[in-house]
Amino acid sequence: MSLIEAKIEAAPPSAWSELWRRYRRNRAAVLGLVLLGLVLAMAATAGLVEPEDPLRRAGEPLIPPFTSWATPLGTDQLGRDILAGIFHGARTSLLIGIVSTVIAVSIGILVGSVSGYFGGWIDDTLMRITEAFQTIPNFVLLLALVAIMGSSLQNMIIAIGIVSWTAPARLVRAEFLSLRGREFVEAARNLGVGDAGIIFREILPNALPPVIVFASVIMAISILLESALAFLGLGDPNYASWGNMIGMGRSVLRTDFYCVAIPGIAIIVTVLAFSLIGEGLNEAVNPRQKKS
Amino acid sequence: MLNYLLKRIVQVVPVVLIIMIGTFLLLKLAPGDTVDALVGDMGGADPQVIARLRAEYGLDQPVWVQLLVYMKKLVQFDFGWSFVHEQPVATVLMSRLGPTLLLMLSSLFFAVSIGSVLGMIAARKAYSLTDNVISTLGLIFYATPSFFLGLMMIVLFSVKLGWLPVGGIQTIPSFYSGWDYVIDVAEHLILPTASLSLIYLALYMRLMRTSVLEVADLDYVRTARAKGAGGARLMIHHIARNALLPVITLLGVQFSTILGGSVVIETVFALPGLGQLAYQAVIQRDMNVLMGLVFLSSVLVIVVNFLIDLIYASLDSRIELS
Repeated sequence: MSLIEAKIEAAPPSAWSELWRRYRRNRAAVLGLVLLGLVLAMAATAGLVEPEDPLRRAGEPLIPPFTSWATPLGTDQLGRDILAGIFHGARTSLLIGIVSTVIAVSIGILVGSVSGYFGGWIDDTLMRITEAFQTIPNFVLLLALVAIMGSSLQNMIIAIGIVSWTAPARLVRAEFLSLRGREFVEAARNLGVGDAGIIFREILPNALPPVIVFASVIMAISILLESALAFLGLGDPNYASWGNMIGMGRSVLRTDFYCVAIPGIAIIVTVLAFSLIGEGLNEAVNPRQKKS
Repeated sequence: MLNYLLKRIVQVVPVVLIIMIGTFLLLKLAPGDTVDALVGDMGGADPQVIARLRAEYGLDQPVWVQLLVYMKKLVQFDFGWSFVHEQPVATVLMSRLGPTLLLMLSSLFFAVSIGSVLGMIAARKAYSLTDNVISTLGLIFYATPSFFLGLMMIVLFSVKLGWLPVGGIQTIPSFYSGWDYVIDVAEHLILPTASLSLIYLALYMRLMRTSVLEVADLDYVRTARAKGAGGARLMIHHIARNALLPVITLLGVQFSTILGGSVVIETVFALPGLGQLAYQAVIQRDMNVLMGLVFLSSVLVIVVNFLIDLIYASLDSRIELS
């Protein structure tokens, strides 16, 4: 047996390790993961920093940051520990970001897949509804929903989900339009698989990757929407929220601007993390797309 | 052209109908109706009077009759009565439209012009230090909530440096007239415009950069270069025109988001516009005003998108309005 005939095959890399290899090449995307890790760590250790209530009075009001061991980042005008607020706020932001994204993506998948798969008048009707939702400025709609449903944490999450489902719906619909004529779909249909089976078991798994990539963008937008609501004082007053801390800090902006600056930086870091990850994932999933 | 107009109107009608039905449903879902508000305003009334009032306002009719009446009123821009402002909602909305339009137009103009120029610079020196600085700043601006940016700019430019006013649309008491008045209003708009537009500026910049890089590879650009066009001339006359198309498309999509963003910015800078009105309406539970706003802002978005289509067609001669 000559050397030339010997076949040496490396085991093909698994899809996940291949994805990670491509993702890793983008340094900004890796930074995004590090920042997200930081935010996750804050959320996880919030109970250690302040086991009781982050909204309780922890010391004198308006202690500047880096001057006291008990309250390293200082206190606000009600004497609440800013560090505790930041850590517990990370929990609130992540909770709202994740759950409302799940709601938005679920509605989007449902509407988009039915619309793209069946076409015809169903598609027309659903797309007009989608356009109507896209036309109404989403923050104005969010205000209207919050005014009607009240602003408990739960209702706020639902409302944010309701105003952000249109983009994933369009994305899923486009994927379904291009996939529904493929051979594997025909094959499944000939085997007697029903519509629901084809939509959810055959086409959907193939349509999901771009939606999952886009989910990180929705996550970032949800967090921004919540912070804006809380900033206006329309959030749930029972939870620590970065937006609310900024809104409260407004009244002492002239003298103690750190009350506003610290939670603001927390929001920027979190949103930046999700945008960077989204971009990195997008490049890793569509490697042919030119680097921009 | 006329055909195109008609076609667009036919397309838009179902969307407007859905929005009308939506606002009606939201009004119905909201706790309390017009009569509750009215009775609350009067400080209570006996059940007979309340029943008579309900009949008078048509609230005892079946829901679909109420819906038809409501839609007929909306078409005539009759949004009902605001019990907080003691005025028809349409009057309240119109009195607040000016500052919002001014803020939005200046923000859009600022975001598109500066954003595209920065995008062009970044693309021309792609992967250089300038490009990296511009792109990194773009990413950070993109992640910054507008209200936070606004507050930080107030700290820097109004409190520390004292260059610009903190809020409001004009100096009170205002004795300015003519150009002094215009300059006064413009000074008040600088900070709100900057804080509302930076996030979009970042977006357009990134888009423009990608778009310029793509167009710069096309054959016709190589031809132009071969004929001796170079530098600024190549960029402005040959590349920019085509590279701008995706930016213009995004502009239409973004308009409704910017309108939403102005709610927060107007509250930060105490601008007496639609956004501030929306916020007050939520606090005061003035549902008629809120729903009127939802409808009016949707109409605004539709009109602006139509105008953007026209601009798009005039930039790209391959597209015909038919």
